[in-house]
Amino acid sequence: MSDLTKLSAVELSSELNKGSVSAVEVTKAHLDRIDSLDKSVQSFLHVDKTGAIKQAEEVDKNRKENKKVSSLAGVPLALKDVLTQQGVPTTCGSKILEGWIPPYDSTVVKRLKSAGIVILGKTNMDEFAMGSSTENSAYFPTKNPWDLTKIPGGSSGGSSAAVSAFFAPLAIGTDTGGSIRQPAAVTGIVGAKPSYGGVSRFGLVAFASSLDQAGPFARTVLDCAMLHEVMAGHDPLDSTSINQPVPDVVSAAKLQDVKGMKIGIIKELGGDGWQTGVLNRFNESVELLKSMGAQVKEISIPHSLYALATYYLIAPSEASSNLARFDGMRYGLRVDDGNLSAEEVMNKTREKGFGKEVKRRIMIGTYALSSGYYDAYYAQAQKVRALIAQDLTNAFKEVDVLISPTSPTTAWGLGERVNNPMAMYLADLATLPPSLAGIPAMSVPIGLADEDKLPVGLQIVAPFMNDDRMYRVGGAIEASLKTKWNGLLIDQAPALGGAK
Amino acid sequence: MSTYDEAIKKYDPVLGLETHVELSTNSKMFCGCSTEFGAEPNTQTCPTCLGLPGSLPVANAIGIESTIRIGLALNCSIAAYSRFARKNYFYPDMPKDFQTSQYDEPLCSNGFLDVLVDTEDGTKPFRVEIERVHLEEDTGKLTHAGGATGRIHGADYSLVDYNRAGIPLVEIVTKPVPDTGEYAPLVAKAYVTELRDLLRGLNVSDVRMEEGSLRCDVNLSLTPKGSKTWGTRTETKNVNSLRSVERAIRSEIERQSLELDKGNKIKQETRHFQEDTGTTRSGRSKEVAEEYRYFPEPDLVPIAPDKAWIEKLKKDLPEQPSIRRTRLAKEWNFTDLEMRDVATLGGVDLIADTIAQGTSPASARKWWAGELSGHASKAGVELIDLKITPTDIARIDALVNDGKLTDKLARQVIEAVLNGEGNPDEVIKKRNLSVVSDDSALIPAIEAAIAANPDAAAKIREGKVQVVGVIVGAVMKTTGGSADAAKVRELVLKTLGQ
Amino acid sequence: MSRITREEVANLARLARLDLAESELDEYAQQLEIILESVAKVGEVSTKDVKPMSHATGLVNIFREDVTKESLKREEILRSAPASEDDRFRVPRILDEE
Repeated sequence: MSDLTKLSAVELSSELNKGSVSAVEVTKAHLDRIDSLDKSVQSFLHVDKTGAIKQAEEVDKNRKENKKVSSLAGVPLALKDVLTQQGVPTTCGSKILEGWIPPYDSTVVKRLKSAGIVILGKTNMDEFAMGSSTENSAYFPTKNPWDLTKIPGGSSGGSSAAVSAFFAPLAIGTDTGGSIRQPAAVTGIVGAKPSYGGVSRFGLVAFASSLDQAGPFARTVLDCAMLHEVMAGHDPLDSTSINQPVPDVVSAAKLQDVKGMKIGIIKELGGDGWQTGVLNRFNESVELLKSMGAQVKEISIPHSLYALATYYLIAPSEASSNLARFDGMRYGLRVDDGNLSAEEVMNKTREKGFGKEVKRRIMIGTYALSSGYYDAYYAQAQKVRALIAQDLTNAFKEVDVLISPTSPTTAWGLGERVNNPMAMYLADLATLPPSLAGIPAMSVPIGLADEDKLPVGLQIVAPFMNDDRMYRVGGAIEASLKTKWNGLLIDQAPALGGAK
Repeated sequence: MSTYDEAIKKYDPVLGLETHVELSTNSKMFCGCSTEFGAEPNTQTCPTCLGLPGSLPVANAIGIESTIRIGLALNCSIAAYSRFARKNYFYPDMPKDFQTSQYDEPLCSNGFLDVLVDTEDGTKPFRVEIERVHLEEDTGKLTHAGGATGRIHGADYSLVDYNRAGIPLVEIVTKPVPDTGEYAPLVAKAYVTELRDLLRGLNVSDVRMEEGSLRCDVNLSLTPKGSKTWGTRTETKNVNSLRSVERAIRSEIERQSLELDKGNKIKQETRHFQEDTGTTRSGRSKEVAEEYRYFPEPDLVPIAPDKAWIEKLKKDLPEQPSIRRTRLAKEWNFTDLEMRDVATLGGVDLIADTIAQGTSPASARKWWAGELSGHASKAGVELIDLKITPTDIARIDALVNDGKLTDKLARQVIEAVLNGEGNPDEVIKKRNLSVVSDDSALIPAIEAAIAANPDAAAKIREGKVQVVGVIVGAVMKTTGGSADAAKVRELVLKTLGQ
Repeated sequence: MSRITREEVANLARLARLDLAESELDEYAQQLEIILESVAKVGEVSTKDVKPMSHATGLVNIFREDVTKESLKREEILRSAPASEDDRFRVPRILDEE
């Protein structure tokens, strides 16, 4: 069997179902690759070798006993360290949770386990999902497999890098302001943020409750859709969970056709300040879509110019409250020399356990919610948010989906933006509006930028609970580009550590 | 003139009451953990009520319903659109370091409760206006260790039990209540009493102040007579009984008036009521005002109660306690004062249940408001906490009526039941307490008494029956009071030819 | 538009239970100032008659039945506790009265 780690989830699933390979073999192959090559990428915080093999053995046993197994049973997956998995360490990329072992599974993990998907381990992330480069991880930065001196994006950089480096065909990340889409774009893979409420947040350690969504990463649109289907669906444990059938994303991904679709280019997302190479690839995809029979026109989302300000008020506000529970009293880090009061222990624990970006955002959030400032900041931001959502709803009266480049630039160098929070925040310009509106969006690879030969992503945005539409467009683009490149974009990535 | 009388002459008190009611739902407000009282520490928690990272809340339907019913019973408007909000502050008994509560969109608002207060000039009605009724969650329970008193001051460390965290609490806040004058303490007490009975009637809570399922904070400020501006108010916590409500208000009126007389300003602060002295002491003053940073709870969706459902809840409300009491007083032939006594003791339902099992109203009142009230008072508990039931009382009363028990014996039975020795029949059997009315059992005692009192016996034989009491008394003594006195008299006279 | 002083930063840190060092206050003040200036931009938008969007889904009235479910075992939760005693979480002495 040729390199199992090069196969897509669909291909692995086929081999597993045929019986030509066992789940344990597939798992071991991926664990071996992680073992030899992750030292240079550093995508994993914790590799659960024993647990993964055990899960794989269980799948093999079920197949042998002719028990019904789901289509993705035995396929390995990397899980962002922000979702709880019982018995396995969950750190959220922070020192304040170092060593914490959750006593319960998140709903997403429960569904993965039911589907027989093998969880290889927990991936690195910006601390508490705050960041766009994974450099805010309290442990170490993750590198971009395309160029180990570049960032892999964030906050789900570990998951994205893992898939991009062929450590797993599937991964799960979370997206609050772009944290799945942006890493997917800069590491040349597919990543999707489902409709808000589409995937349960029970067990997802909260950053910004009204924005957080867990979502799939994969190297192909169809793989991504299949994982999306496993993850999504109503959960009575999550009051914000939508009680409607999951949109048929798998069928949509297979259509490979956009004839007659009306596509809108978001006018405000592009132009000055956007990397030329990114815009070039974007413009090419627009032409590609036209050539496939779609009608493309420009659409204005006027309030998107305020998306950054709106997001950086709402998210930190909710975060400042969500992160209050980390006080050293019940779990996690406690800093206490034995003579301190409870108040002092809380202060010192949080000072030591949180990184700078987390502290910055907590303080911004505390400020925005304080009496005297609430109306002008938090309340006002929630109103502007409503206007952004309205703009998007109006746009969808004219078009079926909206598109834009996913990120203004390709991956930047490690260390380049760490001391400049605002420069870091600018990475989210394109991904923020759909997040604020709660609508689904995904990123698919559309080529390399000429300047640096680094991946560029196309963002596709669909109306609420119409996730299938973005998969239809994504699948069509991928199919067309696959023909052009005679393979996927990721196949053009430089070999890691020499051996490919 | 007492300090109080002096104070009332110079100042007008303005009252405010904040009551927290622990709902008696089966499960907690936002998760399925049991709410059962008295469980082993930390055995009724889950990711949600423990606030573990990643956990989420889901609202208890009965919690919502009970809050609305309380609001309706208090004549409130029910919000068409209501939301939960986060009240952010740090404290070790708070698993999330924010409390899920309500802020500017409470479920119920703008109601009232009418109460009656007995004064020298007759019964006076007072209307207490209700500002809001909202729903929130309770915190964990702290015990303080290492110090001498078990109180927070001087403790070395504390221990937390989160069983209580997440239990639904309904907060009822009155609007400021002016114009109560000298009756302020009584109005406050009457309000809490009436509220307690109303909540009990709704069957939404155990409402036991000593157990903490009904908690009261009292607010008080004084306005100098003639002034248009209200004074600074203080908040007093740790008011654990109806009597304490009255005492706390009274004590604050006195304290504040003395301060104001001296020309001092009243500090806006939280004070603690001290049971032993009946006065309030200053809580640890906070240098900076609390900043709770309220914002709508994003993990819970808004509540938009269906109008038809609210109408149905309104229609199905039980009779208002005061109206019910008036009706029952008529039925039972109690005077207003007698009924109010019964109400204050919390005995209306107990008496009703006893009457339902055959006891006459007068007897039921005698037992509950007389004998048992004495026991309750001595033990420092409420009538409803006594370990004796209306069924027990009805049985005892029936036995007395049948001549099987004397009043004296009945009181012994009651004491034994309260002591946990069993139900009345069991106690009677165990202790052998029945009235001796069997002739054959009495004859030996009577003969012995006659033999021991020859003079009296001789007089009776001559027809001077007045002295029969001597012989009867002697028989009663030897039978330990368990003989039926009337029967003994009859037999003595018979034996002596009368 | 917003001037954030080091005193205000110290106040925010106190509210958020963050024991920032004196030397850090100026650095944070500077960074927060820049961020606040940027987010204050929301004030430019006319939002008369606009309802705030606190919930993205439009859902209302999501409840659960008042039935009990199994709780976590005590050992499971105390296992992660930094300190415990007598089956309870042990926390340092509390200064502020509730």
